[in-house]
Amino acid sequence: MSAGAVSNGRYWIAHNAGVLTAAVLFAVMFTLYVSNHSAGLTPAVATTAANKAVLLALVAMAQTLPVLTRGLDLSVGMVFVMTNCIASAIVVGTVGEGLVGIVAVLAIGALAGFVNGAIVVWGRLQPIITTLATGAVYYGIALFIRPSPGGDVQSDIADLLTGQVFGVVPAALVVLAAVVLVVWIPYRRSVLGRAAYAVGSNEQAAYMSGVPVQRAKLLAYTLAGLLASVGGLMLTFNTYSGEASAPIAGSYTLNSIAAVVIGGTSLFGGWGSAIGSIFGAFVLRTIEDLLFVFDLPPLWQPLFQGVVLLAAVSLGAFRILRVRNRLELLT
Amino acid sequence: MTGVDTGAARGPSLAGRLGVDRSVAIAFGCILLILAAGALYSPAFLSPEYLLQQLQVGAFLGIIASGAMMVILLGHIDLSIPWVVTLGAMMATAMVGWGGAAGVWLCIPFGVLCGAFIGTLNGLGVAYLRLPSMIFTLGMNAVVQGLMVLHTGGFAPQDQATRAMHFLAVQRSLFGIPNALFVWALAGFFVIYVLKRTAFGRAVYAVGNRESAAYLSGVNTNRVLIGCFAFSGAMAAFAGVLLAGYSNKAYQNMGDAYLLPAIAAVVLGGTNILGGRGNYLGTIAGVILITLLQSILSVMQMPEAGRQVIYGCVIIVMLLIYGRGAKARS
Repeated sequence: MSAGAVSNGRYWIAHNAGVLTAAVLFAVMFTLYVSNHSAGLTPAVATTAANKAVLLALVAMAQTLPVLTRGLDLSVGMVFVMTNCIASAIVVGTVGEGLVGIVAVLAIGALAGFVNGAIVVWGRLQPIITTLATGAVYYGIALFIRPSPGGDVQSDIADLLTGQVFGVVPAALVVLAAVVLVVWIPYRRSVLGRAAYAVGSNEQAAYMSGVPVQRAKLLAYTLAGLLASVGGLMLTFNTYSGEASAPIAGSYTLNSIAAVVIGGTSLFGGWGSAIGSIFGAFVLRTIEDLLFVFDLPPLWQPLFQGVVLLAAVSLGAFRILRVRNRLELLT
Repeated sequence: MTGVDTGAARGPSLAGRLGVDRSVAIAFGCILLILAAGALYSPAFLSPEYLLQQLQVGAFLGIIASGAMMVILLGHIDLSIPWVVTLGAMMATAMVGWGGAAGVWLCIPFGVLCGAFIGTLNGLGVAYLRLPSMIFTLGMNAVVQGLMVLHTGGFAPQDQATRAMHFLAVQRSLFGIPNALFVWALAGFFVIYVLKRTAFGRAVYAVGNRESAAYLSGVNTNRVLIGCFAFSGAMAAFAGVLLAGYSNKAYQNMGDAYLLPAIAAVVLGGTNILGGRGNYLGTIAGVILITLLQSILSVMQMPEAGRQVIYGCVIIVMLLIYGRGAKARS
């Protein structure tokens, strides 16, 4: 973080071990995927892979922020689907109207996140049950807007954001990088961003030290809603339609938690980063692609995915080997 | 803490002994409120036939919530419920095909046993690998899903419910009371007995309050964890068996609609989601509340969208009334 820490390479590696593991895992798996793909690494192959992976990466980033404060957002998938439905209704017309629509969708996503945060902070309800309930509300709103799948989206913006930049780089990756640069990095360096880590490690101590606990939590949930709505927008640009689907919302919520864990963020809060979650999401998506290129019978794919998911999250068990005192585990 | 504890010097009052605290009282109050609102809409809401029908439907949720409550009391959560419900139904119906004549008798215990096995695996992961239950049971859910997809796709198993399952889930043999209600009552009495009368039950609350303290007091906390998760798996699978009897068939995704209501029912009944506090009476209230709410919204022909919004808002509002946590400084 500080200059001294960066110069200390070993410290930096230890601090980012989770992120690095996820990144290496992804690099190995993606290489395996590309080398077994009939077409090799063409821009088209990369764009298809990126368009799918970026959706989960954005939702996983959203999930990371509440998790860092030792919370959880079980409504990210629902916000993702809700903003998808809203975008399919209002991001239409000319490019200018489309841009206004995009801003509106982002604002709605942030508002949804703020409501979660407000209930958690001022209502003092547990995040799990709060977001479970608000998730039902957001899903209801999605259903209200799109009782059946349909809608449209501004095609110029959609083509721009799901195609390639300079004919090589998938535009979705550029969007993801922009989100990291505009949202995550300034947040991580801000006072409230650091406060979020402090709240996650020990809320009591953070409160006693004068850390703005309430504002840190509010911002974390609000940004989670915002990031989920970026994901919802990208989904709309990919599918050109909106669908209020509970299975999609559920699978994104669950996969986002798995991606957060694979990316080295502690579910107990205070440790990790959204960058790790991006790689975690990439790993999860590449697993699916690998099953495809290795021609596993379709019937076996869900089982294989499940086993890999369980194995990946079980990596966290290695910490029991480092524990000196059993009591450290029983918290 | 509550108004009912008037005779503190003479020991807990009757209400206190039964476990009626503020949250349980409010939950039951809300049930009456919903019934009153329904009665204004149509007097049919107060007919015994309608109420028995609701209790029968609620029994499935109640059985699942019984298991979920044991896990939540530990401060953990079981997210593998959806596919364990499906697993119970599919294994039980498939057993009829595999076992022939004996299969008809073995099918229900076999289905429940499969659920208990998955639950035990969950418990082992949480207890010995020390993984967060939320993420481990989530992975287990995905694995069971994979197994069930393979099972139904690869082997074309028998999926018809037996007469015994139908009997337990649908029929009414005594005074027109649905059999499913008796099954729920049995599960409920078992949970109440374990929680109130056994050392294991004390240990459940102890672990939920502070596991390290329980461990230092000599409680085998891993055994408690595994026991509760196994019970949760068994109950989910048992509910799956009954649901197969109810719809005469086991099918994929049959458990998806039960995870959130089960957790909501337990929490609305006053059980602390962080563990250590809660009683079964509250869970009963929560289950009836959720079932009535769902039923009345559908009877009023509220579209699914409105139902979801109201459902979510009711949970939030009720918890804001009585489920709030302590302030940061205390």
